[in-house]
Amino acid sequence: MSILIDKKTKILIQGFTGKFGSFHAEEMIKYGTNVVGGVTPGKGGQTHLGLPVFNTVKEAVEKTEATASILFVPPAFAADSAMEAADAGIKTCVAITDGIPSHDMIKIKRYMRRYSKLEKMTLIGPNCAGVISPGKALLGIMPGHIYKDGKVGIIGRSGTLGYEAAQQLKNLNIGVSTSVGIGGDPINGSSFKDIIEKFEQDKETEAVLMIGEIGGPQEVAAGKFVKENMKKPVIAYIAGLTAPKGRVMGHAGAIVSAYGESAVEKVELLKECGVMISKNPSVMGETVKLALNGKKN
Amino acid sequence: MDIHEYQAKKILSGFGIEIPRGGIAYSPENAENKAREIGGSKWVVKAQVHSGARGKAGGIIICNSALEVAQAADKLLGKKLVTKQTGSQGKIVHRVYIEEATDIKKELYLGLVFDRSSECIMVVASTEGGMSVEEISKEKPESIIRSKIEVAVGMQKFQAREIAFGLGIDPKLISRTAEVIIGCYRAFSELDATMVEINPLIISKNDHILALDCKMSFDNNALFRRNQVSELRDKAQENSNEVYASDRGLNYVSLEGNIGNIINGAGLAMASMDMIKLAGGEPANFLDVGGGATPEKMVKAFKLISQDEKVKVILVNIFAGINRCDWVAEGIVQALKKIKINMPLVIRLAGTNVEKGNKILKESKINYIEASTLEDAADKAVNALKELEKN
Repeated sequence: MSILIDKKTKILIQGFTGKFGSFHAEEMIKYGTNVVGGVTPGKGGQTHLGLPVFNTVKEAVEKTEATASILFVPPAFAADSAMEAADAGIKTCVAITDGIPSHDMIKIKRYMRRYSKLEKMTLIGPNCAGVISPGKALLGIMPGHIYKDGKVGIIGRSGTLGYEAAQQLKNLNIGVSTSVGIGGDPINGSSFKDIIEKFEQDKETEAVLMIGEIGGPQEVAAGKFVKENMKKPVIAYIAGLTAPKGRVMGHAGAIVSAYGESAVEKVELLKECGVMISKNPSVMGETVKLALNGKKN
Repeated sequence: MDIHEYQAKKILSGFGIEIPRGGIAYSPENAENKAREIGGSKWVVKAQVHSGARGKAGGIIICNSALEVAQAADKLLGKKLVTKQTGSQGKIVHRVYIEEATDIKKELYLGLVFDRSSECIMVVASTEGGMSVEEISKEKPESIIRSKIEVAVGMQKFQAREIAFGLGIDPKLISRTAEVIIGCYRAFSELDATMVEINPLIISKNDHILALDCKMSFDNNALFRRNQVSELRDKAQENSNEVYASDRGLNYVSLEGNIGNIINGAGLAMASMDMIKLAGGEPANFLDVGGGATPEKMVKAFKLISQDEKVKVILVNIFAGINRCDWVAEGIVQALKKIKINMPLVIRLAGTNVEKGNKILKESKINYIEASTLEDAADKAVNALKELEKN
């Protein structure tokens, strides 16, 4: 098992015919992902990469029965595309786009409140690397070969730091059930807690590695969930020990503006919740290994 | 993006918030003229820099004649103002704002921010205006009123009234106060702001409600649709290397240390800086060249780091995914042909085709130190620095 996507998941590419969308669609198909088509308004009826192009997500879902989509749509139009996916009945949507205004993100989330819990789409990102269930499916832009199939769930904000973690695990012969990039923006579709809940439910996942960073309340909120509800071990690394207060560190959301948002404070609060801390980014893999063997660091 | 006080005031006055009469000046003569234009017998000359806490740093001067206004402007213009928020390097005053002095009856605090927990716009108000919001929450936390605004429907009148009543405002001024609060909310939401702060918001002796000092920040991601906001950017208020970087699509923050670094991805960049610190060094900067680490970006990054005088050692850490290490290595070699680096250079490549990448670097005859892991890279950079310091 895995969370969010597997080998059978039928996937649409939104922003299919653009340069970026085409490139990553090909990578996803090469990985063995079940891509069934794409959407580019105005290009419906054409064929691209041997797959059908549709004008609307609704039509694409009707014709292909797709349940997941990935957005390669420029920031100015991304909110519209995400809401279109939600309305068409897509269940998991990954927004890769970097640079969506915060007001637009809030708008998407409010829009999705009209759906019942069962009908509601899970939005991942934006400004993220996407989702991979190794050996099964890739709904993202990560290099598939660095992920070994296995039993550790990864959730992170950063793309390349997530790759670093996957590689450290692979070097220790530890595999990944699913890796989810939730993105570096202040307002995002799914939080650490949202994804950790899914990993707790997943039978195949035995431990979860959470790669957080400075800014915002989400890591600590996830910690509280772990303390109250989680049986599986959770390991965390928080980046940004050296980040000065009040400065944005690359990710729009990576800014310390209140108590509990610095790396040191987050680490302390997570420890209190029983989360095992990877002391530095070089030992994320080793710390997971300790946790899997039932040891503490 | 931050803007100046006078710019924020102009914006807010467009949303129905009353401000004292005032004008911007670039020279002492200009300032004196403005004072005469405004009229009255008492003025405030305010240094326009992107920072709060200007009063304590000597950036706000009260004057009793137009001549004094000219003298105050002369004192402030061109001066480096060091406040609690600017850091030791300070910010240079290129313009001053001349404003009529106001007789204050009551000082209030009013701020609007994004609340990341509830994903709403949060209004924060207090009767303790004049102090910073951090001071208020430490010293007078009971005075703080918070109200979450649902963005889908916007701010309702009753919410603004509740805040106004909560502040103990005279009943005859309640509806006016509510209009001010709603005006701030509209400015926040219609201009893609991330922060609006009026501190203090005052009630004058003749019962006017005025914004005496205010600050606004905007969502950089939304500037593409806010031309009237984008044009207010004042690059002179930003670190020159940071401006150079942002104009070239690099994510860069200047820091105090001396190990310069070039990394792909914001999270990996922060993690690498953490490793430098743990190895006993201090990073000179945060620099994310983007996940792709294209050759063009690498040239710009090397140029940027090499023009930073603090930097004594450079650490490059690239995790190549779909962009392979061999391609990244070729980019680095090309960049180093264009830009001469006369200091120790540690390079760590990881990910796709790492062996090929390292081979290209080795055969290129560039002068560098190869590193294998994150930890190894940080250790080698710190050691290189120690070697330099020995000599």
